[in-house]
Amino acid sequence: MLNSGVNVLFEGINFLRLLEGLFHTLRIALIAIVISIVMGIIIGMIRTTKNKVVQFPFKLYLELFRIIPILVWLFVIYYIIPVNFNVELSADVVALIVFSLWGTAELSDIVRGAIISLPKHQVESSLALGLSKFQMYRYVLLPQAAKRSIPPMINLITRMIKTTALLTMIGVVEVIKVGQQIIQFYNSEYPTVAFWIYGIIFFFYFCICFPLSWISRKLEQKWAT
Amino acid sequence: MDWHYIIEVLPFYKTALWLTIKLAAIGIFFATMVGFICSTIQYFKVKILSKIVQVYLEIARNTPLLIQLFFLYFGLPKVGVMLSGEMCAIIGLTFLGGSYMAETFRAGMEAVSKSQVESGKALGLSSFQLVRYVIFPQAFSYSVPAYGANCIFLIKETSVFSGIAILELTNTTKNLMGIYYKTNEALFMLVVGYLMILLPFSLFLMWLERRVRYAEFGR
Repeated sequence: MLNSGVNVLFEGINFLRLLEGLFHTLRIALIAIVISIVMGIIIGMIRTTKNKVVQFPFKLYLELFRIIPILVWLFVIYYIIPVNFNVELSADVVALIVFSLWGTAELSDIVRGAIISLPKHQVESSLALGLSKFQMYRYVLLPQAAKRSIPPMINLITRMIKTTALLTMIGVVEVIKVGQQIIQFYNSEYPTVAFWIYGIIFFFYFCICFPLSWISRKLEQKWAT
Repeated sequence: MDWHYIIEVLPFYKTALWLTIKLAAIGIFFATMVGFICSTIQYFKVKILSKIVQVYLEIARNTPLLIQLFFLYFGLPKVGVMLSGEMCAIIGLTFLGGSYMAETFRAGMEAVSKSQVESGKALGLSSFQLVRYVIFPQAFSYSVPAYGANCIFLIKETSVFSGIAILELTNTTKNLMGIYYKTNEALFMLVVGYLMILLPFSLFLMWLERRVRYAEFGR
């Protein structure tokens, strides 16, 4: 009986469909990650300023994303914007917006932390050398900060990929949704299909996230200062 | 904003809020236990067991909670293991949380400086005494900030339980939106609900962090 369920995976194009769903989620995650990296570095640099008036709104933005669950953010953007502003948003776009905002917030904090943790004499020496502010960031601060922020950045990426599982709740047709469709189709024929489909999705996510977190850990050890 | 409506549905949110808090509290409690045991095993590098713990940590940390829950709730009954929704929620949260807690505690224990451990040994403490009087008290204070962050993370993760039909805050909101179409009010209540749990909690943690710094000696 256990064997009958697993057969579904190899029947027709089921396995391919699951993979397609997985790539769909990964694409959303990847675009959001790229946006987050670009925006996160810029905002992270802005946040190193000592000006309290500039710091406050960014701090508030970060804390809002830290305190309120991502699923709630997805719901809020998904339902509030179309109802109140008459803008049609597809679930994919909502996902992209929320993930980019979240990633940017978290990444800006990572970048800020990395720049701030650099020894003070780095800034002072570069000023003494007569570098402009742009040159200072470009040649002195960012290359060093990159080393410190890449391992936590990879961790954040892993977290973002894991969180894409939530997208099924706002109706993005990603791997879980496809899995549910397959389960519905075969459920009466093979009762154990749910076990195998969810099992394989479990395995998919593990296959993507495990190498990433492994790399992050290795880099952390290698670059430990 | 329709305040009459909000007052009308308040009882639903009250129940949902309690359920969220209850599940989070039980989950965090068991996760702490699991994390504590796993981190101790890893710190002392117990044979075989530490390998098993390692595998568990990797699996739990690298898969989404939603899929863990779906597997427990929809997958396992098909092969003969029946679990209630709340059981699944607690098991899922413990499974995920335990791995995060283990990492945190282990980092805390490893942060205790070598000289402290060596001095303890030189004083002739047994390994139990060493753990009880030297390592744990210091590791505890190192772990508090990360432990707090984990708790907040786990409380937030309870929103995922809506996927397995548990009537916590998120699911209640979804249902009410489906019945009354009062989207703004329902989502407003949802955000308020989470802020009511998480804001006081994170303020408490900030206070606690300041209180436990006593052990950070020689840093």
